[in-house]
Amino acid sequence: MSQTTPRFHVPAPSLRPGDKPDFSHLVIPPAGEAKRPDPSVEGMKTQDLALGLVRVLDHNHQAVGEWDPKLDAGVLREGLRHMLMTRAYDDRMQKLQRQGKMSFYMKSTGEEAVAVAAAMALENSDMIFPSYRQQGILFARGRDVVEMMCHCISNSRDNLKGRQLPVHYTWAEGNFFSISGNLTTQFPQAVGYAMAAQYKGEKQVTASWIGDGSTAEGDFHGALVLASTYKAPVILNVVNNQWAISTFQGVAVGEGATFAMKGIGYGLASLRIDGNDFLAVYAATQWAAQRARDGHGATVIESYTYRAGPHSTSDDPSGYRPKGEEEEWPLGDPVERLKNHLINLGEWDEERHTELEAELKTLVIAAYKEAESHGTLHDGPLSPVESMFEDVYAEQDWRLRRQRQDLGV
Amino acid sequence: MAKMSMIQSLNSAMDNMMERDPNVLVFGEDAGYFGGVFRVTAGLQDKYGLDRCFDAPINEAAIMAMSIGMAAKGLKPVAEIQFSDYIFPGLDQIVSEMSRLRYRTAGQFTSPVVVRTPCGGGIRGGQTHSMSPEAFFTQIPGVQVVMPSNPYDAKGLLIAAIESEDPVIFFEPKRLYNGPFDGDPGKALETWSKHEKGEVPEEHFSLPIGKANIVREGNDLTIVTYGTLVHVAQAAAEAEGIDAEIIDLRTLVPYDIETIARSVNKTGRCIVAQEAPRTSGFAAELAAQIQEECFYALEKPIFRLTGWDTPYPHAHEWSYFPGLKRFSTAIRETLEA
Repeated sequence: MSQTTPRFHVPAPSLRPGDKPDFSHLVIPPAGEAKRPDPSVEGMKTQDLALGLVRVLDHNHQAVGEWDPKLDAGVLREGLRHMLMTRAYDDRMQKLQRQGKMSFYMKSTGEEAVAVAAAMALENSDMIFPSYRQQGILFARGRDVVEMMCHCISNSRDNLKGRQLPVHYTWAEGNFFSISGNLTTQFPQAVGYAMAAQYKGEKQVTASWIGDGSTAEGDFHGALVLASTYKAPVILNVVNNQWAISTFQGVAVGEGATFAMKGIGYGLASLRIDGNDFLAVYAATQWAAQRARDGHGATVIESYTYRAGPHSTSDDPSGYRPKGEEEEWPLGDPVERLKNHLINLGEWDEERHTELEAELKTLVIAAYKEAESHGTLHDGPLSPVESMFEDVYAEQDWRLRRQRQDLGV
Repeated sequence: MAKMSMIQSLNSAMDNMMERDPNVLVFGEDAGYFGGVFRVTAGLQDKYGLDRCFDAPINEAAIMAMSIGMAAKGLKPVAEIQFSDYIFPGLDQIVSEMSRLRYRTAGQFTSPVVVRTPCGGGIRGGQTHSMSPEAFFTQIPGVQVVMPSNPYDAKGLLIAAIESEDPVIFFEPKRLYNGPFDGDPGKALETWSKHEKGEVPEEHFSLPIGKANIVREGNDLTIVTYGTLVHVAQAAAEAEGIDAEIIDLRTLVPYDIETIARSVNKTGRCIVAQEAPRTSGFAAELAAQIQEECFYALEKPIFRLTGWDTPYPHAHEWSYFPGLKRFSTAIRETLEA
């Protein structure tokens, strides 16, 4: 790289491939330190929370402080199971993509708590406007694994008729909106949806997720303007996993700022939380959901986490970040942390953990076998070709009818 | 029946629909308390309340996105984009989201939003208040594109749009808001009160989307157009003293190919006219489709009468606008043996 001083400022991460991972510059406040205001608090008064970091699980695997949601061990074990299931599914699907079984895949490794804990803190009737890395929500809501796989391999049973890339799930029955693939578009849509729910007199809360890089989009601003203007019952999650493909979060956040602080400028309640801490994600989501349900408006939540895997199967992080960085992430691994907390409580042990991992691995392998029995992208059967012309409109007009005939189907 | 301008008839359409269906919500920049810069939503907030007709922040992308979210939850948003020149910040939400939601979710979610937006020139609006961007929207599978040319059609079509299960981009030729326009800017403004299409029922009625209207039957040649130019075409045909068949398209997507083809097969001569710039305009689509359908009936090449490939100018507005003189030239050329 040229050594001349750039003529304008271009932010860059301090470490690149070949460097030794080092996160010593990060300021990580101790667990339990953050105050938990009443969910009816004025948005502007959450500034400390937008700058700090809500953490519940400390380095001794204990739950500490005002944000401890005090969950039963049964709920914690369920959370652990969903996170392990997400991980087992991701690992298997990634391998299958490498074997050419599907065109594309995106893992959520390292970010399982962000999705699973949030889903568990919400009601199943609450609406989800996800991005492409919250598959954990589907497991938490009980989505059939075979159905998910059928979508990913675009076979005859794909509920999206082969129209979407893998992992771009839709599940209306589970209140899980469509995943666009165009970044941030769902954020302001979620606000409109939340307003409509309110208009209909429902107590439903709407939650949406985007990544750190996506906050640079105009739709982020649009969503926050709408959410504050109309005080909508919506939770706007920014998953700061440090990386937007190869671009570090500094290219979106601005010097010294946090993503959560952006919410303060709109007068919105804004929290910055440890996204690898199941209990912190659960507690923050529960707080924001109560705030929304009680009519106090929206919350911006920045989940501070680390994308442990590549952006997608088309990406190779060794080209832009130090090898092994994910191992050094100072906030650890969300699965390990919840597991250790449960063990610490005397509610779990290594043996049960290993058994559960093995059980889920077997389950995923069996599910894929079943999914494949409904066809694969390469060998079919797929949705019938004529279905390509369906659902463009409620009814086909003459152009689509003729074009379908031209194709001979 | 009542005498209505296009502003009043559009207002009446929304009024009828808001009265019938509590899920119909109207909003946009200045559309709430003030009733819109063209007054099309006037009185609706008073009558139906703040949450049925309200002001939106100046963010067209957010207005589109909010509409999509609301529609996905089962409401019927009727969003106003103040000028169609301002619609572009919202284009991604229309192209990538609104239009495809039914398709990409295999019908699990739909987005039947109505986007009302004033278009076209002839009002000394300069390059940011005069555009006719309809062709952009005809390239988007999943949306319908409508442009009425008079108060009666405007009401019937807007009601159909609000009742449609799919999104509609509803263009309102603003030069026609207060009266018809024959293309002569020197004449005093006419109102709709003397025009037969200014007679509009106060009660609910709808006109089918996808159906053109033959505004004048004739045998010499066919003029296919829409919006403001429908009136200019009529005036030009009259001035030239010819027996033209004039088709007001009313809907661009899906356009009424049957009516067009029947007419051109009868007359053998055709002009397609639009106010928008020439290259890749909707007239090009019409010309291509007409030659596919009617090639052996055509006596002359199809004449494409359009605005120029320039931004809409302020001072030279009337040199840009496809007015009477250019229509007359088109008619004479098309009628030449």
